[in-house]
This record gives sequence, structure tokens and C-alpha cells, in this order.
Amino acid sequence: MSANILTVDDSASIRLTTRVALTNAGYQVTEAVDGVDGIAKLNAGQFDLVITDLNMPNMDGLTMIRELRKLPAHMGVPVIFLTTESDGEIKQQAKAAGATGWLTKPFDPESLVKIAKKVLGK
Amino acid sequence: MSFPDPIAVFRTEAAELLEQIEAGLLDLNVNLGDKDQVDAVFRGLHTLKGSGAMFGFEALAAFTHHCETAFDRVRKGEVPATHALVTAVLEAKDHMRALVETPAGDHEAVSEVLLANLRHAVDGSGDQAASSVSAAPAKTLFKIRFSLPQNAMANGTNPLPLLDELRDLGTCRIVADRSGIPALDELVPTDLHVSWDVELLTDQPRSAIDDVFIFVMDDMELAVEEIAVAAQMPTVAAPAPVATAASVAAEPVASATSTAAAAPAAPAPGDAKAAKANENVRVPAEKLDELMDRVGELVIAQSRLSQLAGGSGDLTLRAVSEDVERLSGELRDTMMVLRMVPVTHLFSRFRRLVHDLANETGKRIELVTEGETTEVDKSVIERLADPLVHLVRNSCDHGLETPEDRLAAGKTEAGHIHLSARQQAGEVIITIKDDGRGINKERVRAKAESSGLIAANASLTDQELYQLIFQPGFSTASQVTNLSGRGVGMDVVKRTIDALRGTINVVSRPGEGSEISLAIPLTLAIIDGLLVRVGNGRYVIPLSAVEECLELSIEEDMRSRGRSFISLRDSLVPFLRLRDLFRTNTTPDPFQKVVVISTGSERVGLVVDQIIGDHQTVIKGMSKLHHDVATFSGATILGDGDVALILDVGHLVAEGQQQEAHLRAAG
Repeated sequence: MSANILTVDDSASIRLTTRVALTNAGYQVTEAVDGVDGIAKLNAGQFDLVITDLNMPNMDGLTMIRELRKLPAHMGVPVIFLTTESDGEIKQQAKAAGATGWLTKPFDPESLVKIAKKVLGK
Repeated sequence: MSFPDPIAVFRTEAAELLEQIEAGLLDLNVNLGDKDQVDAVFRGLHTLKGSGAMFGFEALAAFTHHCETAFDRVRKGEVPATHALVTAVLEAKDHMRALVETPAGDHEAVSEVLLANLRHAVDGSGDQAASSVSAAPAKTLFKIRFSLPQNAMANGTNPLPLLDELRDLGTCRIVADRSGIPALDELVPTDLHVSWDVELLTDQPRSAIDDVFIFVMDDMELAVEEIAVAAQMPTVAAPAPVATAASVAAEPVASATSTAAAAPAAPAPGDAKAAKANENVRVPAEKLDELMDRVGELVIAQSRLSQLAGGSGDLTLRAVSEDVERLSGELRDTMMVLRMVPVTHLFSRFRRLVHDLANETGKRIELVTEGETTEVDKSVIERLADPLVHLVRNSCDHGLETPEDRLAAGKTEAGHIHLSARQQAGEVIITIKDDGRGINKERVRAKAESSGLIAANASLTDQELYQLIFQPGFSTASQVTNLSGRGVGMDVVKRTIDALRGTINVVSRPGEGSEISLAIPLTLAIIDGLLVRVGNGRYVIPLSAVEECLELSIEEDMRSRGRSFISLRDSLVPFLRLRDLFRTNTTPDPFQKVVVISTGSERVGLVVDQIIGDHQTVIKGMSKLHHDVATFSGATILGDGDVALILDVGHLVAEGQQQEAHLRAAG
């Protein structure tokens, strides 16, 4: 049984890197291009983990996380956000919105998989 | 919203870390047994390595790794902290800076040499080093108690993988504390009510535990206690006490593992809690400057309002205007406080400087600092750094003697540099004092005469003589050293302090040492001024320099014609007629006023037409075109929108004294 992961990012290259890394690690990956798309995908399926960028058009990551936490079907699903900020402020904001953890950009595929494993467990 | 360049962010972070590491090392050098500092340095190195690797600074990460390993061993008590180790890591730290700044440069050779030094410092021999620096770490027993935030599960944190991660670190014994679970009818299914007690025996550092909880660290309760450190614990002995002991207290474990190298460590305070207690807000400096500008504009607008209100008969308007005046005054004061930073940061860099200077000169130098909590305007601090470096260098190089000379003179072998800061009536006084040989007055005089700064046999007070060392091109060092003695520097000190509207005072006793005090106004942005009128123009005199105001009677005016002195309580004070100085070409007021200003030791009177009153003065810089006009230090905007120039007190006093000297010379 492999976990289902939703990645939300407006950058095609980041989506690609993420997909390759996660697929190689044995996860099922679904992609969304922004927050609106992300919510739509969430409503259409079940996910074990959501990895999202914060800075996106249409609906940004913070808003999407807040919306996601209102969906009863996704109660307690872990959400990892990508951030380039190394200071705590954005982390606090995202956590207040309901995020589970973060990954600092730029990241390598290894640390991405490590984070996924950390949050999903064995 | 734009993201900053992550590399730039890392560099800023790295610079801060390196500073912390250096401060820790220097503290450690003073007290080698200071376990807190060992931990601090280790944490700094660890973070630097980690973030370096993430941002692609591989050479930095690899190099830092060795220093981290060395400190990890010190931390675990496997090797002692020594001066040699501190020096080696200090040097390595400088190299890390280079690796951060130019990651692409060729650092291989330097890295090799520094690492060899490090190995030597750790093991006392370079050969066995490579293996033993990276020797298998000892095992530690941690007692961990944690509870996650109540909404952790709702926000996606599953506690089970966290427990699994702890199990991955070593041998674990986990007990859940279920006492927090409420009765069924009060139970919120998504909330978390359980907390955990974990005993973990691991060869991983404490930071590995923190890494497990990284995402919830700030919001959770986490207490980690290091029960005992066992050096190179045999594998069979290790799990035994953990597996059997129902409750693991400090004593049984320590005795069970007879190889214990270190005493049971004090409970490590939770880092997360320490961070929480600190409720400071970091604000970019330019935002403060921006706010300062706004406050400045507000003060100007307020003075316009005051003027309008004063001219109108409307009492309500006046009341409002007075309120605004009071509030803007308070806002100004609060703003000033916000801009104040303690001089700690400024002083801390001198510890390294003195350390290096002592090594270079072969002297033994002890630096004592005092009054680090004294606060000064941020922009003043920034500009004070260079002059202070020059002065401290000068004291180390010229002031302090070699250990042999000191012993011969009956002094302690180690010279002392005393760096202190204190506040005194709107000024901060920074003093650099040494117990060296003092300033050689004869040499100063001879040098000044030979370079034409003073006439032969000119009569000078000691203070005047000492001030000569701040003249451009002046240096008494017969031997030019790497540190100072090129005659560059002291004049820069003088120029910087002048620009800060400060003064320099020198005291020296032959054989006992010298003391240089810098008196700098606390702030540069807004001052209290005395607004005066000369001819048709208005000018501001900094109120802090004003001693008194008096009337220049017609008789005194007549009597003093050509001599320009007034007698002020039995002493003659030279005065300057600003009307003449500014060539106003207007008829003087019948009752002219004298404002007596002083720079502490010297006084001079300024003759003005009218004293208008106090004025909160927002200092605006002069344009580049007027930069060389020495009489004025800046300008300000008055309530009616006019510009008033701010008089440069130091310059005018000097001018007055010069005039006095000329008159004396003329007889």
C-alpha cells in the first residue's frame, strides 16, 4: 500500500522534481498548479500527505491550508509547505493556518523524501 | 511578496553563527571548564554545517564537520578543552568565513593545514588524528518527557511516527501518560490528551532528539534530561540498565556503567522554552530609520501647528496644539529609545582584536570591559567601531610594554586595556584606558615641531599637546609595525568623532598609562536646540552646549570693541559677533544677547540679535555642496517652513579661542 501525495506548486519544474523524487521513493503523486486546483483535487480524492508551495497565483498556500482544514474528509492530513524564508514568522503563520511542517527551499530530493517519511511514518 | 535570495539569507545567518561561535570560543578561552560555552560553540558549528550543506556550501559543511566533531568530543568529556584547541578552532572559524564568502575559491590547501592543526590540538599528535577525530561517539542516556499541542493531530502531526523516530535513534523505553484523557462525554476525538515519558539510550547527540520534534518544537512541551554520559560504552553493558530498571534514576545508571567519564550532567534546560522567554522583535534597521524620518516630519509639522495656534485666539486649538506637542515629544523620546542598542556588540569584537594583537606583538594583554549595557543610538555605534579599533590598537601597540619591560618597571607581566562605556548628561562616554608607559610628551613635542605642526618652543597645555596626536600625519612610533605607527588612523579617529559632534579627551601619566575618553552625543537625529536670530536669519544652537544667556550691555559692547571679551564672573570669555561672521548688513538690535556655549573645558560667547526660545530640532544633513562649511553642522526646518542652520559648537569654540590667542599674541 503506497501513500497518496498531493503536490501543489505553480512552478512546473518544482512539480516535476517533486514527482520524480516521490515516485522513485514509491509514493503515488497527484499534482495541482495552485490553491484552487489543490482544493479541487482534494475534494476529488483521498490523500495521505499534501506538499504545497506558499506563493502561488489564484489561491496562495496559506489560504489553501486554511480551506483544507475545513474539509472534514481531510481532517488531520499532514501538510508540508515549501518556504525559502529561514525566519520563523512565515513558519508561525503557516502553522497557525494548520500546516504540519515545512521544507526549506532549495531542497534536494533526498530531504524531500526524508520529510515525507518522517510525517507519514513507516 | 518576493522571496529573498536564499543564498544571501544563508550568508547573513552564517555571519551571525560565526560571530556566536567566536564569542563562545573567546569565553571558553577564559574559562576552559565552561560547559555551556562548549555546548554553545558545538551548536553553532552544528547549525552552520547543516545549513551550509543544504545551501550547497559543501566545502564549508565538510570542513565545519571536523570542528563540530572535535567539539562534540569535548562536549562528551572525551578530550579536554585546551587553549590550543580554542586557537585552532578560532583560526578554522576565520577560514569558514572565507568558505562562506567565496565558496568557489581554492581553499583546499588551507583547509588541510587547519584541520591538521585541529587534529594536533585535539589529540596532541597529528598522526592518529583522522581516525580519532571521527571516532565512534559514546552513548548517552536521555530522559525525555513530551506532550504535543492539543491540536497537533488535527494539524497533521501523528505522534506515532515521532515515537518510531525516537526508536530509530537507539534503545527506547516508552511510557504513555494517559492521565490527561478526559471523560468520554468531554472527549474531543481530534484532540490529543496523551503525553509521553521516554528513556532513550543513544549514540546520537541531543540535537538528534530535537530534530525529531522539529515541526512541533515551538508549540510543545519538551524536557530532555541527560542522565549519564558513558564513554565508549561496551555494547553489552549498554541496554541492560534501561531494559531492567523500572525507574531509571541518575545513581544506578552511573554506577552500572563504571566507565562513566563525566559526572552526571545537569539537566539541560529545554531550548524551546528558552527561546519562548525571549519576546524580542527583530526589525530591519532601515524600517527604524524610516520611522525616525516620519517622527522628524511629525515634529516639524507640530512646530508649524504650534506656531499657528500661538497666533490664533482660539483656545481649543491651542489646547489641541499643546497636546500634540506633548505627544510628539513623547513619541520622539520613545523613538530614541527604540534606536538605542547596547554597546555589548561593539565591545565584543575587541576581545578577538586584543587576542590577535597579543599574539602578534608577543605581549600579554588582558581586556577588561565595563558598562556593556550602556545604550547608544544605532547609527552612532556603527560609526564608533573604526575609531575604537584604532584607539585599542594604539594602546596595545604603543601604550603597553613587553612583558620584560613591564616586569622591569615593577608592573604585572600582563598589560591591561580597560574599555568602558557610561552615560552622562545626554552623552555617552567611552573610555579606553591602559596601564602602559603613557604618552611621551617630549617625543610628541619633538615630532610636532619637526613636522611643523607647532612652532618651536610654543607654549602648550598638556591637553593641547596630546591633541596633536590626532593631527593628520602624526606618529611617534620610531618603529613602524604592522599594527599602527603609520600615522594613519588617529586623525581618522578625530575626524569621525568630530562628525559625531563628539569630543576627545586625553589623560596620561608617564609610566602609569594613558586614558582616552570619547564623549559622543547619544543621538544624531533630533536634538533640543536654542533658536536664535542673527540679522534676518534664524539659527539653532544645540541646547546641550549652552551654558547661559546674558545681555550684552551697550557699555560693555563699546568697551569691548576690538577686543571682543566679556567678563563673566571674574573670567574673561572671548566672544564672536555672529552678525559680523555672517555679514548680515543689518542694523543690530539695541539689546544684543550673548549665548555662552562650551565644549566642556573651553567657553565662548556668541553675540546674537534675539533669543527666540527652545526648539525641537530635527537635524537634516547639509548638501554635498555645503559639506565643507565648518561653521554649520546641519540644518533644520522651522514651523513656518523656513530653514535654520545649526551652528557647529566645536568649530565656533575653536574659532573663539583662536581669536583670543591672536589678540594675546598681538598684545
